[in-house]
Amino acid sequence: MQSADAARPSGSGRSGVRRRLRRRSRRGPPAPGDPRNIGWLYVLPGLAFYGLFTLAPLLHTVYYSLFSWDGLTAKTYVGLQNYSSALTDAALRSSFVHSAVLIAFYAVIPVLVGLLLTAALTRHPVRGFRFFRTALFLPQLIAGVVIAQAWTWIYDDNGPLNWALRKVGLGSLARPWLGDFTWALPSIGAIGTWVTYGLCMVLFVSGVQKIPSTLYDAARVDGAGATREFFAVTLPGLRGEVLVALVLTTINALRSFDIVYNTTAGGPGGSTLVPSMYMYQNAFLYNKVGYAAAVATILAVTIFILAGLVLRVGDRSERA
Amino acid sequence: MTAGYFERIGAYGVLALFSVLAIYPVLSILFLALHRKTDLVSGFAFPTRLDLSSFKAAWTEGRFGTGFKSSFIVAAAVTLVSAVLSIGTGYAFGTMRFIGDRIVFPVILLGIIFPYEATVIPLYYDFQNVPLLHLHLLNTYWALILPQIGQSVAFGTFWMRSFFRSTPRSLIEAARIDGATSFGVLWRVLLPQARPAVTTMSVLVFTYTWNEFLLALVLVSGSQSHQTAPLGLSFFAGAVRAGDPTKVAAAAVLVAAPILVVYLFLQRHFVRGMLAGAIKE
Repeated sequence: MQSADAARPSGSGRSGVRRRLRRRSRRGPPAPGDPRNIGWLYVLPGLAFYGLFTLAPLLHTVYYSLFSWDGLTAKTYVGLQNYSSALTDAALRSSFVHSAVLIAFYAVIPVLVGLLLTAALTRHPVRGFRFFRTALFLPQLIAGVVIAQAWTWIYDDNGPLNWALRKVGLGSLARPWLGDFTWALPSIGAIGTWVTYGLCMVLFVSGVQKIPSTLYDAARVDGAGATREFFAVTLPGLRGEVLVALVLTTINALRSFDIVYNTTAGGPGGSTLVPSMYMYQNAFLYNKVGYAAAVATILAVTIFILAGLVLRVGDRSERA
Repeated sequence: MTAGYFERIGAYGVLALFSVLAIYPVLSILFLALHRKTDLVSGFAFPTRLDLSSFKAAWTEGRFGTGFKSSFIVAAAVTLVSAVLSIGTGYAFGTMRFIGDRIVFPVILLGIIFPYEATVIPLYYDFQNVPLLHLHLLNTYWALILPQIGQSVAFGTFWMRSFFRSTPRSLIEAARIDGATSFGVLWRVLLPQARPAVTTMSVLVFTYTWNEFLLALVLVSGSQSHQTAPLGLSFFAGAVRAGDPTKVAAAAVLVAAPILVVYLFLQRHFVRGMLAGAIKE
């Protein structure tokens, strides 16, 4: 971009154009509209709600995290002590480890499954994709509490999963999945996979439609098979979509509360404890409000850093 | 030719398999709900008759009449107010430049990835006694409506801004030359075209608000008459599931039903909104 700009003749009459071009290269398309400070009039009401009920509480959480407080009696200022105890808190550490496992299930597996399905679908135009899309999108709109009830039944001792296992002679594998120390966390992870893979898939398939078909024609003329075609054309073309899917699903994994609370509530024996659940327990069950605020702050910072990292990496690779 | 044929069959097979997988958990709970406790259901539990007794029992025992009323009031208020606010912010960011716009917009965008879990603790304590105003908002609809308007404005701003940016500049300029005020441009020129965009935004905000759980758990669980439907379901499941899973299943189907019905009719809006919300970030 920079070099193309410099190559332009630098006549004085062009300087306005050049400046505009340079601004475009730095900040994307120029902002529309002429300067009108009346814009503030339209922004202020919405900004007020957002500031008062979203941003301010977040800052307030950070403030609480500097205190030792049971929620009833007076607060005592303790500086960063909540954070130093967080560093050595085994339960908090394990909750983040559980989150990492959930990221594999909520983000990595759905993206891989989505890519695989997309690969299967790009060789030939599929008719009636809209019909399938209806089904694939369904998990996205169902409340977490309802999803939790549905899967609690699927994993139930007498539920469909164990019934099917017994039917096919794998009865030794049957167990109350959500009550099992080893299997509860992967079982919750599988719920996350179920919720997200359809979204990833629809996202990728709509992305493929934006890849110029000439690229596919060229690959086919060169005699590329399905695999080559996928890695040479489809995957590079979907980089943006894959990144976005990873950001969204990773954030969802880190934030997961509804499903955990309504299936295992962190149990058995803390084996499915996740940070938001731990925050809730500390704030509203153990009366350790200051510490809960510190956990919430750590979670928020983790999410912002992860999202920022992925978006920045994506931004760079898109420009390259 | 034959290879292509098999590939095509394979593609449809894979699509069908994963579509069925996506639907099955929803069907399984519906099947369970169509039984009653005495059926001692296990396995796939395909219903042999249309038995709605579990639904009736769940509706009354779980007080879902109240839950639905609360959820509807909260979701409607949040949808309506945040739509009006987002049309304003989206209009300003999409068609005007003003001092500070480049700073404020990213701050609002932050709200899309915002972990609102990190706001519930102060909301709980501040709503017990609102600073300066000395109001008690805990266990009222306000406690759910106000924060969710704040969260929805982030997505709404982003969504309406990209709509207003995509409308032809000449349209706005022509109206201005004719002497229209900024509000006149919005009201008479842009809004009539914005209906599909506003519908998509409203459908999504309504769905997210209807499904919300953590805020309800923290902010209104102390008042039975203000509990939302998902919160009611959570409590009902905790109390009844061990004794009668069919009733809990029926309750779950009831809570999901309104959104599913809307989805059947306004499917395109859901898909478009969620995909665009994901991509344009």
